[in-house]
Parts: sequence; structure tokens; C-alpha cells
Amino acid sequence: MSFKKIVQAVASATLALASNFTAAQENQLNMARGVTELGSEIYDLHMLILWICVVIGLVVFGVMFYSIIFHRKSKGYKPANFHESTKVEIAWTVVPFLILIGMAVPATSTLLEVYNSDDAEIDILVTGYQWKWKYEYLDEDGENISFFSNLSTPQSEIYNTQEKNPNYLLEVDEPVVIPVNTKVRFLLTANDVIHSWWMPELGVKKDAIPGFINEAWTIVPQEGVYRGQCTELCGAYHGFMPVVVHAVSQAEYDEWLSAKRADAEAQVAMASMDLSLDDLMSKGESIYSGQCVACHGANGEGGVGKPIAGSAIVLGDLTKHLGVTTKGVPGTAMQAFGSQLSDVDIAAVVTYQRNAFGNNTGDIVQPSDVVSYKNG
Amino acid sequence: MIRIAANPALDTVIKLVAVSCAMFAFVFVVMVPLYDVLCDALGINGKTSGEAYSAVPAVVDESRTITVQFITNNAADMPWEFAPSVTALKVHPGAATDTVFFAENVTNHAMVAQAIPSVSPSRAAEYFLKTECFCFNQQPLDAKTSAEMPLQFIVDQELPEDIKTITLSYTIFDVTERAGEALASR
Amino acid sequence: MGDHSHGPAKGLSRWLFTTNHKDIGTMYLWFSFAMFILGGAFAMIIRAELFQPGMQLVEPGFFNQMTTLHGLVMVFGAIMPSFVGLANWMIPMMIGAPDMALPRMNNWSFWILPPGFLMLASTLFMEGGAPAFGWTFYAPLSTTYAAPSVTFFIFAIHALGISSIMGSINIIATVMNMRAPGMTYMKMPLFVWTWLITAFLLVAVMPVLAGAVTMMLMDIHFGTSFFSAAGGGDPVLFQHIFWFFGHPEVYIIILPAFGVVSQIIPAFSRKPLFGYASMVYATAAIAFLSFIVWAHHMYTVGMPVAGELFFMYATMLIAVPTGVKVFNWVTTMWQGALSFETPMLFSIGFLVLFTIGGFTGLMLSIAPADFQYHDTYFVVAHFHYVMVAGAVFSMTAAVYYWLPKWTGKMYNESMGKIHFWISFVGFNIAFFPQHFVGLAGMPRRIPDYALQFADFNMMSSIGAFIYGASQILFLYNVVATIVGGKTVSDEKVWDGAEGLEWTVATPAPYHTFEVPPKIDPAHAHS
Repeated sequence: MSFKKIVQAVASATLALASNFTAAQENQLNMARGVTELGSEIYDLHMLILWICVVIGLVVFGVMFYSIIFHRKSKGYKPANFHESTKVEIAWTVVPFLILIGMAVPATSTLLEVYNSDDAEIDILVTGYQWKWKYEYLDEDGENISFFSNLSTPQSEIYNTQEKNPNYLLEVDEPVVIPVNTKVRFLLTANDVIHSWWMPELGVKKDAIPGFINEAWTIVPQEGVYRGQCTELCGAYHGFMPVVVHAVSQAEYDEWLSAKRADAEAQVAMASMDLSLDDLMSKGESIYSGQCVACHGANGEGGVGKPIAGSAIVLGDLTKHLGVTTKGVPGTAMQAFGSQLSDVDIAAVVTYQRNAFGNNTGDIVQPSDVVSYKNG
Repeated sequence: MIRIAANPALDTVIKLVAVSCAMFAFVFVVMVPLYDVLCDALGINGKTSGEAYSAVPAVVDESRTITVQFITNNAADMPWEFAPSVTALKVHPGAATDTVFFAENVTNHAMVAQAIPSVSPSRAAEYFLKTECFCFNQQPLDAKTSAEMPLQFIVDQELPEDIKTITLSYTIFDVTERAGEALASR
Repeated sequence: MGDHSHGPAKGLSRWLFTTNHKDIGTMYLWFSFAMFILGGAFAMIIRAELFQPGMQLVEPGFFNQMTTLHGLVMVFGAIMPSFVGLANWMIPMMIGAPDMALPRMNNWSFWILPPGFLMLASTLFMEGGAPAFGWTFYAPLSTTYAAPSVTFFIFAIHALGISSIMGSINIIATVMNMRAPGMTYMKMPLFVWTWLITAFLLVAVMPVLAGAVTMMLMDIHFGTSFFSAAGGGDPVLFQHIFWFFGHPEVYIIILPAFGVVSQIIPAFSRKPLFGYASMVYATAAIAFLSFIVWAHHMYTVGMPVAGELFFMYATMLIAVPTGVKVFNWVTTMWQGALSFETPMLFSIGFLVLFTIGGFTGLMLSIAPADFQYHDTYFVVAHFHYVMVAGAVFSMTAAVYYWLPKWTGKMYNESMGKIHFWISFVGFNIAFFPQHFVGLAGMPRRIPDYALQFADFNMMSSIGAFIYGASQILFLYNVVATIVGGKTVSDEKVWDGAEGLEWTVATPAPYHTFEVPPKIDPAHAHS
């Protein structure tokens, strides 16, 4: 194949690809401006430096391509023999240095803004887990609200058996909800390995480190749903722990908060009740599809984790089943769900596992069974 | 330059081998302790001093009120219940303040825990002085028992003016396996 | 060393026991090419999985093993040994020495490498799989949460570390003690200079890496807590130690590349390098700065603001000596009589693409902006512009430039040019779009991605396959040259080339400069 043909082939492939981009939005090419003041400050800084680099690049490449085009041996150009010029060399040391100072000034002021530690109205403790986020709203009276936020994209979309929805991999079962125009402080830590909490449109990225806390803040001026991801490699499912923030009006936030409180109270009440098999099964199914399905499969057939269908543990002694569920299996991806799920949830999911996928044991596990198991 | 070997190449080699051995040692004997010193001095990671603070500050600065928030975390596989008795306290810089944390070993075997403190914003760490803290020692608890774990602290008057809230986090780790051995050399 | 007069031994023992710098250089070059293909195969798996959103070919855990091994194999197996090989071949010939200062150690430092990489590759077949924690192996993912194979990974790193240290000690000893009379330091070719500085960097920081993995080993097996908060340690300490090694490491990779293009650009511009002395000083300045900028890889760990500012300013400063280098190369070309043989094409490709990588590096140095760039594909694009278009392009240029001297045969020029253009186009299709997806919010090291990144990822994969395929052409061209290339016998293969290596016979005899050459004291550096 001649060189020309190759270039043509590559060019046409590129063009074909480029035509796909007609529907592309602007933010596929560049950083999003961000909705927060800080986010747009960072964006402006990014653009400033980008343009400085582009201009310097044009000058340098301009000179270079001028030589490439005009100073060719094939055109009979006779080489000059100059070298070493102290004046030129001082100039190209000093001028870049001055440009750098010009960049450092806005960079410093933006950085100081990132580190602003004025009081916030809402403090949220964000804890990274393999592979989900836990959010805990700190309350002055000690009545903290806390919940886990799991990827809600179904396995069928990930494994291409179903069409992917527009928020593929950027959707969770429970987003963080914050009111607009309110300073929110995020305190970040991790339970196991290092994670990193990134919300591109808010201009926030901070590592969550086990044993230590970091903080970041935001004031979101605009209602909306904002999406980000974990940005520190944290194990096999690093790509599957998105961050979703709902910014809502103060009224909606208050409503959400009291609903959450009521929910928490209902959970406490339920823990002492006896639930029916149907209730446990339907609750169990939703927990299974959120927590277990990634490793154990939609039909309990297993995958990364062992199969649930026909499993000796699931069909066998309840104590062992509860043990594995609450304490996990050290050295494997099986986590200790005892601290991640409520007693009601554990009762429900264990009941579900013992009765679904052909495991028709007929066992009903009540929240009280989980409590008495935990208490030894 | 000092000559170690008569053969110049051998001389170079001996010196370079010495340099690389020194750099290996440097990691252990300089970087690790230096990092700890810098953490103490600069509050990297919000680390607070592992030693009790003993000097008594001269005056209580009543013109300023600082909110000190307490949060607790359980490290992976740590089943204890662990919580502060109050979630936040308002204190004046210079005043010694007491609080307690509750810990309960909910398991049916004896365990040893170690709480690791971390302060945010990290700039505040060097001004957060603990005169007494359960985190200075490992905490053993028998099965099904609970304990109150005391903390006494002073916020230094030199705390930068713009800091109004200090968050103190404790992460509790299960150190049952390594307890008994002295905390490993480092 | 025995009798110098005979030629190489026959058969396998020639290669096993050789102490000849040219033999050892050849082995290094072939080994690194094999590793380049292996690491490239891992990259092809990565790009194939990322061709479309959704999981198609591999599981997420295996994907992480691929990204980890791709990084480790390319950095430690392909790029670093290739430049050591080049140093072995060229440094004695460039300074008028008969061989390296320590020929036997030279043999050992090569032969440690294959078992080291065998050990690393064998982890793929172990229970729990190969290391899957990224080439930066941050604790505690690489300690408490790692697969059992991590112990083999640690020993593999020790092996390559020892090999690198021995190789660099040898290079320093050679340059300091074996120069021909009259070959003063400021007359040495720039390639020798950049390698001398690189070797010092290696001696200083490879032991630091060894220290880091030793601490991991102790944390995993001996109950220490260097990197675990539970015992009073700190996972962030790992990052500080790693990057104290890691940042000089990236200059270890790029400085010899600077040296190579500083030889090639003047040769094909038929004009001396514009500022020889300032190039030497700039190299030294970059090496010095590399020790005080490491935490710019860690802007998001929550350092105190004073620390962030220090590392930001120090990092920005690197732009000055790097700029000096780029300006020097461009000014060298200015008013030269340029011709565009394959080595020159790859050098110009280097110059253009490395400069782009330098610009994105400058952008990344700006801490507040880095909060958005950090750990996204923007970073992936950046370091592939400096590692592939920087180090690998210059290495390719070096092979084409010196191949006729090594083999006495001329490679196929048009095939070389096609190789360049396919590489150049493929590389840019592969990596330029990664800037876009990174800025638009795609994190690195993920096996699957949101739909808005789909188009550019597909483009990127296609580019990667093109770039990968072009290497087969390279291999074919080199082998065809060795087997049946057109014989060249001119000592000076390229009319503009300068330096002692062009004064010996072509192909370079098994032993060169057994009698030191005479260096004209009036003649400037080569």
C-alpha cells in the first residue's frame, strides 16, 4: 500500500468518526465551566493557561515549521553555522520565568479560595467504601442521618444485554441532597482503601483516606443533578462508584430531611416487629439487587462471588449465613455488611436469599433474629 | 575527593554503592521520622501530636468561641459501637475542656482497639492540644462490655483567626492481633 | 577480561557470558523491544475493552491487572532498559573507551532483568491474579488489600532496581574514568551528558523505591505499620516516598531521550547544536528540580496550603529549563540545511509532541486546576505524550540513526518513513482525544465509562491499534536490515553526523578504541 493510500484511509476513518460528533455537546471537548463560583474560577484559570500555552506553542512551532519548509537541504539551502548567544539564552530564560509569574498569581488566589475554611451550615461526612459512598449528615443534636449510595445501573446494562440509559454508570440509588445557596462542608474519610470524591461541576476533588479526614466545601447556586465519580483506583469496581449530588431548594431539602428522619425512625420501629414473608421478600429483593447482584449475579448464579442458588451456606445453618453476611469473608471481596445495612435490611436480604433462586427453604428471618445473632 | 581505592574505576564504584546504600537507609531513618515531624508541625493529614500536652496556656481568650465537632468512624471489620457523647462543643481558646466517647465491644470475645485522631482543617491540628486522650493508648474491652473514654483538650489561643470550627475525627481500628506485641517498632 | 584480540564466542555462551558492551547493549535492546511488545499487548487489551461502553472482553479485576502490568512493563521493562542498551552501545564509542568500566557487572546487570520480569509476569497465573493496584501501587490497596502475588511483585521490583543501580554505577564509572585523553567533560556528546545525570538520578532514587517496597513487604508479612493508620502509620507516607522516587524517575526516562535528539537534530540540520553549555546546565537543573516537586502528584491528598504552594511554584519552574531545551533544538534547526530521514522525522515528532506534553504538564502543575485534571484521562494523555512521543519516539529515532553503524546495513528508508507517519498519526488519534475525555470528566483506570465518553474512546482505541500495528513494521524493517539490508561501509553514515562513533569502521568492530583516539583540543564538543 502506498503511503498516500494509508493517509487517505486514516483521514476517511477520522472523518467518519468526526461526523458522529455532530450531536456532541460542547462539554465533551473541554472542562465544564462548573456551576459554582469556585468551579468557574478554576475553569477560567484552566482556559487562561491553555491559551498561554497555545500562543507559546504557535510561536515555537511556527519558527520550527518555517525552518522545516524553507531551510531544506533539498532546496539547496546552505546551513548557517551560528551557535551560542548569551543574549538570546538569557532572553529565553527570563521571558518564560515572567510568564510563569503571571500564571502563579491567579493560581495562588484560586488555591487560597479552595482552602477557605469559613463555617458551613451543613456538614456531611463522606466515607468511601469498596465500592460505594456513605453519607452522614452531621446534626448538632446527635441525630445524624446516614445512608449508603450505591451504583444503580443494572448489571444487564453493564453486560450489554439491555440498552444503556443516558446516565449509565453515573446514577445511584440514593444521591446526596443539599440545598442551594448554602455552604456545605464535606468531611472525607474512607473505610478501607483510599478513594477520591470528585464532583467536576462543583470544582471539588479530594481524597478520602482511611484513618484521616479531609475537607472540601461548596456553595451550589443552581438547582440540579450533578454527577461525578471516584477518582482514585480503589480496587476491582473503582469504575462503578459514582457520586451524585442533588441540589434542591431549601424547602425541598427540609422536606427530604424530615422524610429521612421519619424513615430512620420507621427502621428502628420495624426492627422490633415481626414482618411477613412477603414484606421481607420484597424488601430483600431490592437490597439484593443493590448490594449483592454485582458479585453474586441476578439469578444467584455467582460471578466474582460464590453462587447463592443452591449454596451450602444459604441452605444450611442460619447462624453461618448471618455470620458471612454481617462479618464478610476476610481476604475476599465479600464485605462485612453488618455495619452497612440495618438489622431489618439484613433480615430481609437473608430471608430473600434463603427463598429465592430455587432455595425454597421457607425460612423467615426476623430483624430480632439478626439482633440476637449480633449479640452473640 | 577522597580516594578509597587505588583503581579509579573501583573507587567510583565503591562510592556509588555507598551512596545507593545510604539512599536506601535514608528512606527508613530520615524520610519516615521526618514525615512524622512535619506532620506534627504542619498538621499533614490533620494529625495531632501523639503525646500529651502538658504546659498550661496562660490565658483563656473569651472573645473567641470555637466550635469543636466530634465524629467517629469504624475502620473496616471493626464491629464496636463507638460514638462521642456530644457531637459538638463550643469552647474558648485556652480553656481546658473535657468530654467522653462511648465504646462498646458488641462481640463475644475480648478485643483491643486503637483510635486514630485526625483534625480538619489540617491547619488547626497543631493548635488542637490534647492534655489527656484515650487515643494515646490501646483500649482493651472484654466481650459485651462498654467503657467511657475520656478526652481533655485545649484549643491554643494562637489558632488562626479564620478558623471557627474544628472537626476532630477518631477512627477506631481493631488491633487485637498486634496487641501484646509492643506497637511495632514504628 | 582475557584476550582482546579474538572476536565473539560462538553460540549461546556468547550471550550468557559476554562482557562486551556491544553484545550487552544488543541484548538490552532486544529485551526491551520484547517487553515493549508485551506491554503493548496489555495496552491493546485495555483499549479493546474500552472500545465501547459496557464490559465486553475482560472482568474489571483483570482490567486493573492489565493497567498495572502495562505501566510496570513499559516503564521498567521497555523504556528504561532500552536506554541502558543504547548507553551500553554508544557511551564507550562516544567517549573513546574500549568498553564499559566494569564489563562483568555489566553482564550481571542485564541478566538480572529477565528473571525479574519472569517473576512479574508469572503473577498473572497466580491465585488472586497479578498486581491490580496501578503502577503507582498506593497503600493500603497494595498492602492490606492486595492479592498474594504482591510479594512476587515486590521481589521483581527489587530485581529490576538492583539491575538499574548496577547499570548506572557502571555508566558513571565509565564516563568518569574511561574517557579518551582530551575528552573533557564539556566535550562529551550530549547523549553522554544526559546519561551521566540520569545515572546519578538512578543511583539516588532506585534505592528509595526499594525502600518503599521493602516497607510494604514488612507491613504485609512482619506486622509493621508504615502505611497503616491502625499502628500509627500513614498511607499518605507511601505516596510521598513513592513520588520522591517517581518524579525523578520520569526524568530518568526522558533525559536520555533529550540526549538522543540532541545528537540527531544537529546531524540532520547540518549545523552544530545551538547552545551546548546551556543544554548541559538545563539538564542538570531539571535533575535538581526533580527532587523537590514530587508532591505535585498528590495535590488532592489534603496537604497544607503552604505545601501546595511550594510544590506548585517549584513545579512551574521546571518549565524554564525544559523551555531552554526546546528553544535550543528549534534554534538548531533554524537556518540549517534540513533533510528528513527517518531518525530526523522521529526527532521532529518527538519535538512537537513532547512540547505538547510539556504544555499539559505545565497546566497540571497549577494546583487548583489540577483538582479537576488529577486522575483523569487528561493525565493519561499528558504522560503518554511525554513517555511515548517523548521517550519511545526518541528511542526509535536512535535505532534508525545508529542501526547502520551497528550492523553495517542500511534500513529501508521508505519503510522507515511509513513507520514514522503511521506511528505519528496513530499516536495522535490514540492520545489526543484523551485530553478531551479527561477534561470532560473521565477518570483514569476505569474499565467502563459513561456514554458521553464513547466516541472519543472508540477513536482512541482505533489510534492505539494503528500505533500498535506500526511497531510490527518497525520490527520487520530492523530484521530485514540485519538479514539483508544494503551494505554500508562509510564510517560516517550520515553526512552531518558528528562524534567519535562515526570515526570507527562500519559495521562497528567487536572491539573499538583499544587504542584511545586522539581528540583535537581545538574541536568543540561533538
